[in-house]
Amino acid sequence: MLQHSALMSKSNFELQSIDRRKFIALGAAGLGAIALRPVAARELGDPRRAYGERSPFETAMRSFGASVTPGTGSSRTPLQDLCGTITPSSLHFERHHSGVAKIDPNAHELLVDGLVDRPLVFAMKDLRRFPSVSRVHFIECAGNSGREHNGRPGENVQRSHGLLSNSEWTGVPLKTVLEEAGIKQKARWVVVEGADASRMSRSIPLQKALDDVLVAYGQNGEPLRPEQGYPVRLIVPGWEGNINIKWIGRIMVTDEPFMTREEAAIYTDLMPDGKARWFSFVMEAKSVITRPSGEQILDGPGFYEISGLAWSGRGRITRIEVSTNGGETWADARLDGPVLPKAATRFSLLWKWNGGEAALQSRSTDETGYVQPTREQLISVRGLHAGPDGFNHYNGIKTWFVHKDGKVTHV
Amino acid sequence: MSRQSIFYALGALALTAGAFNFAKHTSLADSKGAGLAKGQRNAAESARYGLGRSASAADFAKHEYLVGPKGTGLPKGHGTAVQGRAIYLQSCAVCHGGRGEGTNDYPALVGGQGSLKSDNPLPTVGSYWPYATTVWDYVNRAMPYQNPGTLKPDEVYGLTAYLLAINGIVSPDFELNERTLPAVKMPNRDGFVPDPRPDVK
Repeated sequence: MLQHSALMSKSNFELQSIDRRKFIALGAAGLGAIALRPVAARELGDPRRAYGERSPFETAMRSFGASVTPGTGSSRTPLQDLCGTITPSSLHFERHHSGVAKIDPNAHELLVDGLVDRPLVFAMKDLRRFPSVSRVHFIECAGNSGREHNGRPGENVQRSHGLLSNSEWTGVPLKTVLEEAGIKQKARWVVVEGADASRMSRSIPLQKALDDVLVAYGQNGEPLRPEQGYPVRLIVPGWEGNINIKWIGRIMVTDEPFMTREEAAIYTDLMPDGKARWFSFVMEAKSVITRPSGEQILDGPGFYEISGLAWSGRGRITRIEVSTNGGETWADARLDGPVLPKAATRFSLLWKWNGGEAALQSRSTDETGYVQPTREQLISVRGLHAGPDGFNHYNGIKTWFVHKDGKVTHV
Repeated sequence: MSRQSIFYALGALALTAGAFNFAKHTSLADSKGAGLAKGQRNAAESARYGLGRSASAADFAKHEYLVGPKGTGLPKGHGTAVQGRAIYLQSCAVCHGGRGEGTNDYPALVGGQGSLKSDNPLPTVGSYWPYATTVWDYVNRAMPYQNPGTLKPDEVYGLTAYLLAINGIVSPDFELNERTLPAVKMPNRDGFVPDPRPDVK
């Protein structure tokens, strides 16, 4: 652009000699019309490349804090930078307990044993021979937006809600794999173990295992990313992220839950009476506005599209309402189809900002009729008693405050 | 038995049995692999696609102990808190503190009993975890953080005994083994309730 501007400011007769012949030839075709065109050669683009990268102008990144054990903890998806519903695999949030496992798919095996007629070992090539399905599902960490519960809201949507991502997953239904081994009458649960260093494990009711759980090897059209469980992971649609075990190496069919640390201690919900809820699997209907959102700045009064994501672990989103006055009045947002069950749904609402203060909120309803609650409603029932890992399963309405100068902050 | 020999064995079995059931599996009948599938189905009625191979003792041996609340999966072994303390100081104290009190990012393993109803609940192994088997299972599979999988069963029994002892759940000389461990009653054993959600009206 700079080059063009510089040329435009020059008289045509001051052009470099290298352009002269071209100029004269063009001039013969019609000097008057052509005279004002910049005539520097356009720069050729980059050559082809075997593996694509995003534009160097794009800088969206997962975010995470410093840690003395970098393999643990989480990284968060930059929801504010994304459009549509699919999270690029490279930006899918992470949560690991002992680092990203490095697994050779040619050596990896999945053992299916326990209360089965015939314990089996599957190589990856075996799993890929089963009839496959591809389904879009969100994964949300149980602790996503738990700090909102605690009254320490995230200053931007990546901080507050970035433990949510949404992908198309490809794999074989767990039902198919279990039936291949033959499920015994006494079976009620499956215990699933990762092949990461800490052998992360969880128990899943057999009913769910036979419903919609996937043994997934594909994500967004390619093999799983290592951070997402390469070469094979569990997808447990609509249920808390932790139970979507990555790098799975064993599925044991049992008659009871095995009370692993992740289900008998960590991913539980401590209530004010001192009792804790456990096996609280489902992620309830939730939504958040991703644009405009915290730390963004509106560029003067006028039209903006309020846009965000909504999802429910119980099925499809049926309605999204948006408020610009902190919940005093609501307007129905447009849902971008197709609206899929247990998948992120994009919503939007055209909004004319008048330059005054505004409190933006979104409220989702799912096909069971469940309406996303406010923080106050949640606290009135669940209190403020932090469990071993803080607060899980928080799904309160999130507010972004628009200031007169256009700055957007959390409330 | 190699994969190939399984193939031949099952194929022979299928041929001698002569019990092909094409009608039931027509969707698979027209590929070469389906022949193998049918053969394996005859060998084991539960198999539908004939994929995977039968698991052997060597396969089970590759996997971690998977321990249930009744003690299912616990290996034979034993240890006391006295023995466990030495291992704790060597392998665990650097993160969890000299007596399980926790440091910075690393959770406390002791204390908090009676605190769960208070405004400052301290959920620990002692105050929160409902099963002692969970302690054994988790320590064995995931600890020490830098070297998971290196502890021997006796060491895990010892460490578990130590964690239970500093929480006042067993005495320092109590021998924890595959029989006594599942019988330990944790203080918060009855502290958990089923998920009542949707809970907001």
